Amino acid sequence: MAFEGLSDRLQDIFKKLRGKGKISEEDVKVAMREIRLALLEADVNFKVVKDFVSRIRERAVGQEVLQSLTPGQQIVKIVHDEMTALMGGSETKLNLSSRNPTVLMAVGLQGAGKTTTVAKLGKTLVKQGRRPLLVACDIYRPAAIKQLQVLGEQTGIPVYSQGQTNPVDIAQSSLEYARSNNRDIVILDTAGRLHINEEMMDELKNIQNTVNPDEIMLVVDAMTGQDAVNVAENFNAQLHLTGVILTKLDGDTRGGAALSVKAVTGCPIKFVGMGEKLDALEIFHPDRMASRILGMGDVLSLVEKAQASIDRDKALEMERKIRQQEFTLEDFKEQMQQVKSMGPLDELLGMIPGMGKQLKNMQISVDEKDIAHIEAIISSMTPKERRNPDILNGSRKKRIARGSGTRVQDVNRLVKQFEESRKLMKQFSDMGKKAKKGGLPPFKLPF
Amino acid sequence: MSFFNRKKKNCSEPNNGVEKPSPASEVETEKSGLLNRINPFSRKETPAAAGDNLECEDQADQRLTAEGEETPRPEAEYLGADQDATTSAAVEPKPRLNFLQRFKQGLSKTRENLAGKIQELVKNTRKLDDDFWEELEEILIQADVGMNTSVELVAKIRQSAKKQRINDANEVLALIQQEVTNLLQNAQTLNLGGAQPAIIMVVGVNGAGKTTSIAKLAYRFKQEGKSVILAAADTFRAAAIDQLQIWADRVGVELIKHQEGADPGAVVFDAINAARARQADILIIDTAGRLQNKTNLMKELSKVRKIIDREIGQEPQEVLLVLDATTGQNAISQARIFQEATGVTGIILTKLDGTAKGGIVLAIAQELDMPVKLIGIGETLDDLRDFDPGLFAQALFDTDHNNVQS
Ligand SMILES: Nc1nc2c(ncn2[C@@H]2O[C@H](COP(=O)(O)OP(=O)(O)O)[C@@H](O)[C@H]2O)c(=O)[nH]1
Ligand SMILES: Nc1nc2c(ncn2[C@@H]2O[C@H](COP(=O)(O)OP(=O)(O)O)[C@@H](O)[C@H]2O)c(=O)[nH]1
Ligand SMILES: [Mg+2]
Ligand SMILES: [Mg+2]
Repeated sequence: MAFEGLSDRLQDIFKKLRGKGKISEEDVKVAMREIRLALLEADVNFKVVKDFVSRIRERAVGQEVLQSLTPGQQIVKIVHDEMTALMGGSETKLNLSSRNPTVLMAVGLQGAGKTTTVAKLGKTLVKQGRRPLLVACDIYRPAAIKQLQVLGEQTGIPVYSQGQTNPVDIAQSSLEYARSNNRDIVILDTAGRLHINEEMMDELKNIQNTVNPDEIMLVVDAMTGQDAVNVAENFNAQLHLTGVILTKLDGDTRGGAALSVKAVTGCPIKFVGMGEKLDALEIFHPDRMASRILGMGDVLSLVEKAQASIDRDKALEMERKIRQQEFTLEDFKEQMQQVKSMGPLDELLGMIPGMGKQLKNMQISVDEKDIAHIEAIISSMTPKERRNPDILNGSRKKRIARGSGTRVQDVNRLVKQFEESRKLMKQFSDMGKKAKKGGLPPFKLPF
Repeated sequence: MSFFNRKKKNCSEPNNGVEKPSPASEVETEKSGLLNRINPFSRKETPAAAGDNLECEDQADQRLTAEGEETPRPEAEYLGADQDATTSAAVEPKPRLNFLQRFKQGLSKTRENLAGKIQELVKNTRKLDDDFWEELEEILIQADVGMNTSVELVAKIRQSAKKQRINDANEVLALIQQEVTNLLQNAQTLNLGGAQPAIIMVVGVNGAGKTTSIAKLAYRFKQEGKSVILAAADTFRAAAIDQLQIWADRVGVELIKHQEGADPGAVVFDAINAARARQADILIIDTAGRLQNKTNLMKELSKVRKIIDREIGQEPQEVLLVLDATTGQNAISQARIFQEATGVTGIILTKLDGTAKGGIVLAIAQELDMPVKLIGIGETLDDLRDFDPGLFAQALFDTDHNNVQS
C-alpha cells in the first residue's frame, strides 16, 4: 500500500513518544530528527520537510503540550493536523462551470497517467449524470489516439479525434462538436511533455488561450522523487493549474509527491489514481490520508465504499440468513463478490485502524487469485452441496477439485474457512443486534 | 513565504520558498565544455528535421468512435505512409535539435541542478566545516540519491579529504566525482552472446518507457546490421500493441503479436519460435507495465520468464528493467522486487532529458548489484545511449563550464 513505509516509520517514532510519561525538549528534538529522516526517505521535498518539521517542533515544545497528561498523544495530533494542512486541508471538488461545455484539461510529464485518468474522469462524470466527451490532443505518442479510443469504447464515452493535426485546432473544434452533439463536458487529453520544453509548453498555453479550460489539472506520478516539485512549479507558473491528480497510488510508494506538490504550488490534489482499471479514481481527502499515513485507519472511506458497492437489501437478507444459520456457500460466494467490488482487499483492510501494520506483521497477503479459486470451487458444486457442505464426501470433493482446476486440499480448506466464518459471523451479527446504530447496512467481511 | 499558507485559494502564484530550475532557454545556451571535449556518444547525426513532414491529409476528417458513427482508420495505417522513413523523426512534429544538442541539453539539465548547487557551495565555502558537509549531503538528497547513500558517500569523501589533508572545497569536488564514478563502476554493456536468437526481456512499472526503449533498441540493432524481432507481450494496456506496431513499422522490424487480452506467455512462445524460424539475431520482448507490489502480476511476469527459460533451455541474455529517472526512492523497491521476480540483468534509465537528476542510480548501485546499461534521453529512436559511469559522474559534477571556446 502507498504510504506504508512512511506510515510504519512514523508510527514507530510515535510509539516511543507515547511510551514516555514525560517528554523533554530533548525527546522532541530526537523525534523531530527522526520525522525528518522518515519524510526524506519518503521523497517529500527537501525544503517542504524543513518547513514542516520546524512548524511541528515549534508547536510541540509549547508548555501546554509538554506539561499535558498525554504529551505523546498531543504531538501525534499536531503532526496529524499539520500533515492534513500540508496536503490541502479538506477535499476540493471539480470546478464544473455552468458554461456549456465545461472544459477540463489534463497535462503532465510523459507516462504519468494522463490518458488513463482522462477516461477515469469521464467515467466518474457519467456516474454523476454528465455527458462528457474525451478529446485526443496527443498527436505525438504512437497510438495515443487509439489508446483513448479504446478507453472510450470501454467506458462508452465518445472520443473526438482529428488525427495528427494541430492540437489547438483539435481542442477548439471539439467544443463545437460537443455543443452540436449535446455533450456538456469536454476532457482534453494532451501529450506528455517536459516542463522545460518551451515549444511544447507553448502548445499548452495556446490550447489554454483558445479554449479557456475551467480546470487544468497536472497529472503526477506518485512515485516521483524530489523533482516533483520542479515539475509542478513549472507547469503551474506557465499554466496556472487549478488542481493536481496523483496517479499510481496503488503502488508501495511512500508518497512524498503527495506531501510536496500542494505545499509548493498551492494547488489542491483533487483525485488519486488507485489502479489501472477505469473505476480506480478516488476523491482525495487530505485528512483521511493523514490518518492513514499515521496509522489511524480510514474508517470513513471504508464505510463509503461499502455503501457504494453493497446492495442494502441483499445485505439485510444476508444478515437474516446469518442469524438464522441459513447462510450457505452460495451466499458466501455472493458476499465475496460484493466485497471484491469494493476494491482490492489489502487496500480495504489497510483502512481499518491498526490493520495495515498488523497485516504486514502477520505476513498475510490477500491474494485476489485465491478469491478466484474460491469462486471457481463454489461454482463447481451442485446447488445442494452449496446449501449443505456437510454432504461433501471424498468423491464429491474430487469432482469439485477437478471441475474448478484446484486440488482437494483447496476444497477442504474452503469448507473449513466457510464453517469458521459462519460461526464468526453469527457472533458478529449477535453483537450487532445488541449495538444497533442504524444507518449503515450491516456489512461484514466474509472471513 | 511559508509552505503552509493554508489560505491561498488559487495556485497561480508559485511559492518562492523553493528554488526554481532555470528556464530551458538558459540551459540550451549553456556551454558544456566536457561534452565538447569528449563527445563519446557521437554515433551519427540526427536525421533531418522533420517537423514539416507532418502528414495531415485527414485534417478535416473528424471522427467519433465510441458512438459508432464512423470507424476510424487505425493510427498504424494512418502512419503507414512513412514506413520508408528511416526513423521516427519523420512523423515527430516536435522541433528537432541535432542529437548532440539534445544530448547536451538533456544531460546539462541533469548536471546543472546538482553541479550548479555544488559549485555554488564550493564557491562560497572557505573551510570544510560541518556546515559544508551537511550541505553537501543535502544536495545529494535533493538529487534523489537517498538518505543512506548520501550519508555514506559524504562520510567517505570526508574521510578521504581528511586523510589527504585537503582543505580546499574545490579539491573536494574531484573526490566526489571519483567516488561517484567508483560507485557506478559496475556498468556493463549489453550481453548478446551465446545461443541465438539473443533474447532481451523488458520489464518495469507503468509508463516507465519500456515500449519506447524497445523501439530505440531495435533501431540501434538494425543500424548495426542485426536482424530483430519484437514480441508484443503487453496484451493488457489499451492500444499497447498498436503502439509497438507503429514503432516496429518505423524501424522496419517484424512484430509478433496476438489480440489484446491474450495470454502473454503464448505471445512469447510464438515469438521465440518465429525468431528461430527466421534465424533472427535478437528477439526483444515487451511486457505490460505493473507496479511491483501487485503480487499476481509479478507472478505472471515470472511465468513469462520461465517460459523463455523453458523454450530456449537457458536464461535469456538480458532482462532489462526500465526505470524512470524522475522516480524517487521507490525505484529501489522496483529494482529489488523485479529482480526477485525476473532476474534483472541491467537497467535502462529513461527520461534523463528532464530535470530529474537521476541520483537514484547511485542508491541502486550502492544497495543492489544491478548495473545501469543504457539511458534514455528523449522520445525518438536515436535517444538511447550507453551508460558511461565516468562521463555520468563528470557531467554531474562538471566544473568546467566555460571552456567550450577552447
Ligand atoms: N497501477 C496504476 N497504473 C496506472 C494508474 N494510472 C495510469 N496507470 C498506468 O500508467 C501507464 C501510463 O498511463 P497513460 O495514461 O498512458 O499515461 P500518459 O502517458 O500520461 O497518457 C499505463 O500503463 C496505465 O495503465 C494508476 O492509478 N495506477
Ligand atoms: N522525455 C522522455 N520521454 C520518454 C523517454 N522514454 C519514454 N518516454 C515517453 O514516456 C511515455 C511512456 O513511454 P512508453 O514506452 O509507452 O512506456 P511503457 O508504459 O513503459 O511501455 C511516452 O510518452 C514516451 O514517449 C525518454 O527517455 N525521455
Ligand atoms: Mg497519453
Ligand atoms: Mg508499453
